[in-house]
Amino acid sequence: MGWPSSCNNLSITSSHLPVSADASKLLRSPKLPFRHQTEQHRKQRTAKVLAYYGLQKPPYKLDALEPYMSQRTLEFHWGEHHHGFVDNLNKQLGRNDILYGYTMDELIKVAYNNGNPLPEFNNAAQVWNHDFFWESMQPGGGNMPTLGLLQQIEKDFGSYTNFKEKFVEAGLTLFGSGWVWVVLKRNDRRLEVVKTSNAVSPLVWDDIPIICLDMWEHAYYLDYKNDRGKYIDTFMNHLVSWNAAMARMARAQAFVNLGEPKIPVA
Amino acid sequence: MALRAVAAGKILRGGLGLGFQSIRGLQTFSLPDLPYDYGALEPVISAEIMQLHHQKHHQAYITNFNKALEQLDAALAKGDAATVVKLQSAIKFNGGGHVNHSTFWKNLAPVREGGGEPPKGSLGWAIDTHFGSLEVLMQKMNAEGAALQGSGWVWLGADKELKKLVVETTANQDPLVTKGPLVPLIGIDVWEHAYYLQYKNVRPDYLTNIWKVINWKYASEVYEKECV
Repeated sequence: MGWPSSCNNLSITSSHLPVSADASKLLRSPKLPFRHQTEQHRKQRTAKVLAYYGLQKPPYKLDALEPYMSQRTLEFHWGEHHHGFVDNLNKQLGRNDILYGYTMDELIKVAYNNGNPLPEFNNAAQVWNHDFFWESMQPGGGNMPTLGLLQQIEKDFGSYTNFKEKFVEAGLTLFGSGWVWVVLKRNDRRLEVVKTSNAVSPLVWDDIPIICLDMWEHAYYLDYKNDRGKYIDTFMNHLVSWNAAMARMARAQAFVNLGEPKIPVA
Repeated sequence: MALRAVAAGKILRGGLGLGFQSIRGLQTFSLPDLPYDYGALEPVISAEIMQLHHQKHHQAYITNFNKALEQLDAALAKGDAATVVKLQSAIKFNGGGHVNHSTFWKNLAPVREGGGEPPKGSLGWAIDTHFGSLEVLMQKMNAEGAALQGSGWVWLGADKELKKLVVETTANQDPLVTKGPLVPLIGIDVWEHAYYLQYKNVRPDYLTNIWKVINWKYASEVYEKECV
């Protein structure tokens, strides 16, 4: 296998660009006489090729979510925390060949190890979670979902208000650090609000995330201090990107059959 | 404003100074006062953090703890076993938060009141025996605290049965007793709210600096009372 392929990524989130450190060094090396080139090719065949992940930028500028999420928060949250996870993951993958060749989604499931996570899990999952989080928000977000997504929410929760209450409650009753998700459950074929601890994401249970909210304190402390309720309300009213959610739902329906099968009558 | 230690000692009842009163037979807990001003631990921990940590976070744990205990009382009166069990996680989290933070305030002291002074006597000797030196212990706790994923605490505990000192971590607000027959001597809060406004994501800096205000006198007192 050459490069880890990102085209069967379940989510719309970014393809993480894999780069081989050794190959790039080769490209930069000066032209050598023929004999030396064959030596280098020999070296290339036996050289270690490593998979790396890159830090993706949020799909908006760092100050675009003001005044609901400050630029300062984005600078620390994305620039330090998220960046740190990417760097640490690359360091870990550099030490351990066994995990080479997985896509990010696969890496998370493998590293989760059915509840006994490997050290790489925390970094890999947090990289994915944060990418998903940035894309779950947009400037001018909030309001209400429309069309099919609204219908699905009303079908699974009764009403949008009910859904919103559930979401807020999940955030407020989460103990410690974690995430709140809206997921499409594969087996139950319905949307649900789920809360997870630390770095865990619904990917490990093979469900399809639609929206997430970071409830780690670093996500809101600079802007809201300890006022979690205000943070969650602001997210729901002004930040959440229902466009992203609709796109993810549309994609998810390729994997999960939500409606009654429409059998044409002859 | 926090009251001075002497006045606070007279107001608080109970060995741990948790501060409780009985209303209608049900004990409710209240926020213990800090034995020093909010700004007394500057520049290691800012006054803003101390005030938020004490007045908002600790208070919230107490409020929710009391609420959970009231619900527990009602469930016990009705014989509702399912609710009693369901409340356990809220009690563990909020009660643990209250217990841990009450210890934490006593674990800290301003420099002019002895904060940061290395332990002498039996605790100092025990640290040298079990870890080699105080520096080694500090490094170990810093390493474990920095490596802790998510929210939790890093502890120096005394094992009453095996008669030795241990460094342990607990997740979220789990108190040290969940890890064995351990007496907490020093607890360091590594939840992000404990340091974020000042140190941002650089938890290791917070851990390196907090030793300057650790109250070893209190730790020695606890050690001598419980373990010697």
